[in-house]
Amino acid sequence: MTGHDVIFVLVGLLTASAAILTVTSKNLVHAALFLAVTLAGVAGVFLTLAADFLALVQLLVYVGAVAVLFLFGLMLTRAPIGREALDNQKRGLAIAVSGGLFVLLSTLIIGAVGSGALGETSVAEVAGPRIEDIGIATFAEWVLPFEVLSMLLLAALIGAIVLARPESGESGEEAEVTRIEMGDAPSSEGPQPLPDGSAPELTSGQGTEGSS
Amino acid sequence: MSPLGPLLLATLLFCIGLYGVIARRNAVLVLISIELMLNAVNINLVAFQNLLFPDEVAVSGLMFALFITGVAAAEIGVGLAIVFNMFRNRASIDVDDVDLMRW
Repeated sequence: MTGHDVIFVLVGLLTASAAILTVTSKNLVHAALFLAVTLAGVAGVFLTLAADFLALVQLLVYVGAVAVLFLFGLMLTRAPIGREALDNQKRGLAIAVSGGLFVLLSTLIIGAVGSGALGETSVAEVAGPRIEDIGIATFAEWVLPFEVLSMLLLAALIGAIVLARPESGESGEEAEVTRIEMGDAPSSEGPQPLPDGSAPELTSGQGTEGSS
Repeated sequence: MSPLGPLLLATLLFCIGLYGVIARRNAVLVLISIELMLNAVNINLVAFQNLLFPDEVAVSGLMFALFITGVAAAEIGVGLAIVFNMFRNRASIDVDDVDLMRW
């Protein structure tokens, strides 16, 4: 067991414990902050796997943007605090399903790695591709998925704005009604005669405003 | 370095995320658990790329991980917008309450 493996085990323990705290925390904001710790731990795992570029992307996109977005989401939706309010009554079922899946998958993985079905598994020196290789691969082999992904991000941006915006008809109408009522308030002592002697229109807010 | 450690860590993260998706009630916490599952898949892809196929010219594992990161960002944006809409319409973001399309 080399020093590399020791670092990986430490970072992995940090990541796993932060992930468990994320799904069991009673406080919403604590859950989001533990999620940020988990994502930073995953970036550390990427670093020990010699994927430097991906670790930096992880820090930028996940820890920088997604965690802050989740904090905004928690602040904008008023939610109760407490485990009974945050969890439903299916905790036993959830533990059974996820624990069973973990046992099944880890048995399969340990069997596959141990039996040598994956080929040469133990690498002495972990080496990832250089950043220029990643850039060349992005714009040579993967240029069409890259462009499709940019279109997807644009569509998601527009869709999120359209979904999260208040409905256009109602808010505009309400603002108009409020302004007219505020304008009507000073003339509550009775309709004033217009300068030319004729009676003012009672229903029109603009007529009252013009007379005062 | 053996790929056993990263693969087991990814499995553990995926199962923790699955537990969160099933057991949590708050829609934002369900989205957080989905993020955990996506990150587990990313760890798997990077481990396979850098430990088993380090000499591949088209760096497929890393590119898939990058694309998953981008798609996850788009998913979080749209998902939080839907959650805000839900909160505005019914003043609650419990996923148990949203059963309009259940038959």
